[in-house]
Amino acid sequence: MVLKAFFPTCCASADSGLLVGRWVPEQTSAVVLAVVHFPFIPIQVKELLARVQQASQVGVAVLGTWCHRRQDAEESLGHFLEGLGAIFSHEPWLQLCRERGSKFWSCKATRRQAPTCPGAPGEDQVMLVFYDQRKVLLSQLHPPVALPDHQAGDAVAGAGGLAAVFDTVARSEELFRSDRFDEGPVRLSHWQSEGVEASILAELAKRASGPICLLLGGLLSLVSAASACRVFQLWPLSFIWSKLSTCEQLRHRLEQLTFVFSTQKAENPTQLMRKANVLVSVFLDVALGLALLSWLHGKDRIGHLAEALVPVADHVAEELQHLLQWLMGAPAGLKMNRALDQVLGRFFLYHLHLWISYIHLMSPFIERILWHVGLSACLGLTVSLSILSDIIALLTFHIYCFYVYGARLYCLKICGLSSLWRLFRGKKWNVLRQRVDSCSYDLDQLFIGTLLFTILLFLLPTTALYYLVFTLLRLLVVAVQGLIHVLVDLINSLPLYSLGLRLCRPYRLAAGVKFRVLEHEADRPLRLLMQLWLPPHPLLGLPVPQAFLWGAHLPLEAERGQAGLTDPGHRPARHRHTATVSPPPCRGR
Amino acid sequence: MEDEQSFSDICGGRLALQRRYYSPSCREFCISCPRLSLRSLTAVTCTVWLAAYGLFTLCENSIILSAAIFITLLGLLGYLHFVKIDQETLLIIDSLGIQMTSSYASGKESTTFIEMGKVKDVIINEGIYMQKVIYYLCILLKDPVEPHGISQVVPVFQPVGCHLA
Repeated sequence: MVLKAFFPTCCASADSGLLVGRWVPEQTSAVVLAVVHFPFIPIQVKELLARVQQASQVGVAVLGTWCHRRQDAEESLGHFLEGLGAIFSHEPWLQLCRERGSKFWSCKATRRQAPTCPGAPGEDQVMLVFYDQRKVLLSQLHPPVALPDHQAGDAVAGAGGLAAVFDTVARSEELFRSDRFDEGPVRLSHWQSEGVEASILAELAKRASGPICLLLGGLLSLVSAASACRVFQLWPLSFIWSKLSTCEQLRHRLEQLTFVFSTQKAENPTQLMRKANVLVSVFLDVALGLALLSWLHGKDRIGHLAEALVPVADHVAEELQHLLQWLMGAPAGLKMNRALDQVLGRFFLYHLHLWISYIHLMSPFIERILWHVGLSACLGLTVSLSILSDIIALLTFHIYCFYVYGARLYCLKICGLSSLWRLFRGKKWNVLRQRVDSCSYDLDQLFIGTLLFTILLFLLPTTALYYLVFTLLRLLVVAVQGLIHVLVDLINSLPLYSLGLRLCRPYRLAAGVKFRVLEHEADRPLRLLMQLWLPPHPLLGLPVPQAFLWGAHLPLEAERGQAGLTDPGHRPARHRHTATVSPPPCRGR
Repeated sequence: MEDEQSFSDICGGRLALQRRYYSPSCREFCISCPRLSLRSLTAVTCTVWLAAYGLFTLCENSIILSAAIFITLLGLLGYLHFVKIDQETLLIIDSLGIQMTSSYASGKESTTFIEMGKVKDVIINEGIYMQKVIYYLCILLKDPVEPHGISQVVPVFQPVGCHLA
């Protein structure tokens, strides 16, 4: 089989020396991690390799020699390098050589022992694959860290193909710690040999994250314990909490923050990405909320809002009155039943009148209430939007009541009509068998039943019209609330961190590799360049937001729901609050 | 070493196949599809603009004409970037894997790499397309759960527009 040598691009211009890396016999591939330069003492090199092997559980060894001929006539170097094969024995022994000013390399892999299968050559064909060490390390393509009680060798052997290469590079952090400014006995060349890459901010953040997570985790657990106490589970309060979308949003945020500040380390890159996305979205939310707060509290805008609120409510009530007057007349040319019309119309008008007086009663306190509610914007823009949606729901409560009355009336009428229609045809609903059976009625039963049926039938247009009008009004309100909820869900679940990574550091999101064949000459070993491959974007570069539904949450919530950890009563509650439902089908006699 | 031959696809267009032999362990096959013809482009543009002009004479609103120009430009860009494939390449590297690259007319390249450990077999599969039976090359992938099962069938070249007759 062809021997594949994975060579880091940063070492292509390094001076001559020894190749240090790992040999994977299952794929006959040699992963070169670094180059050891002259002068060195073989004992110290072996000590360094033993130390790295112990720290990283990776079988690092000297794989061969690397010869970079800068001047002509360096034949002595060639002989010297061949002699090194006797000191560090490795099977097979790799010899890579690069001429000055030439793009093409020469590679030899020799096996000292007799080949096990007859006919196999003593020298193997070599294929060079260049890889960028920094990008491979930072893209985290390697499989997740094995549990400490597993043997490292087992885990890596299970990972096939290229995963073994990535795993090797990722685990050899110990080897990459020394740079050329260190005064150590051995000089290495690798991706960090120009200086170890580190950022003070990142290190400080890592040190500080432990205590901060503990503190905030403690605070959040206190808040969750307080909110879970028995007082809030009593019937009126729990009913109100389940109806208000603000509470739902606050609970969602609390869950997210608990997840982010949990002291458990993220197990794999997906969880880390999720935590980062949640954190960035919380920051954005709070920033937008503070901007809204500063806008609201400047130039007495709250006063203006409070002053405008009561006239708007009055105006809406006036429009509703006009609508009811229109319904009580001859709406759209239809002729209504005068008596029923007047009754229903007057009933709704009285209701409206009560509502207006209630609003006028509240008007002195509105500015104070709005001011305190505006303070909630510092918790985030999503909380303010949820409060806005709740305020709309409260202000249009009379429309909701009208809808409920109209729907109940219509439902009763339809139930009565269907059962009397069955009587008209001589049939009956059998509750035991859940089907329609024939039945013989008495004459007086038939007479009264038919009479009632005709009455209900002729009153149907009036009720149906009232029901239609109020359902449309309710739909309008629900549509407005729905828009607000869509915006809230968008802010909640847009993965801004991943979007930012895709723009600034695309290699972090790499999901695979691709190969490119470099310039090739006959009789020279084949050279390939291994590059990181990003998955194609599903929607022109924007990942589709996961929430365009009512009450949608991040996948974590969905997983929890599947595991049965969330109370199933919460999800339907939100739907009930916002959706219009046609009257439940009545089955009855 | 390169080798070029010409074939025709199921729609009658000309295809060129290039075979490159890099080393005993690496080969590349490259299919070039016919370019966008000026005739079809002119025909589509003229149709769209005639329809827009007809609408304009009915409605007397010049926004229709600007909209037609906009739609033609966007449609052409979208077609070149997402639909029109210029060249498809199959690179086979012994004991590493198989890589398929499609390059579109706008320069976009989309690559798929399949590791050799996941490949079960390479077969020629038959498919029914309209009223004919066409043959296409595809790769069978191993199922990680079931050792003798097949998890996916991956056609090697894009089935639309680029078949070898």
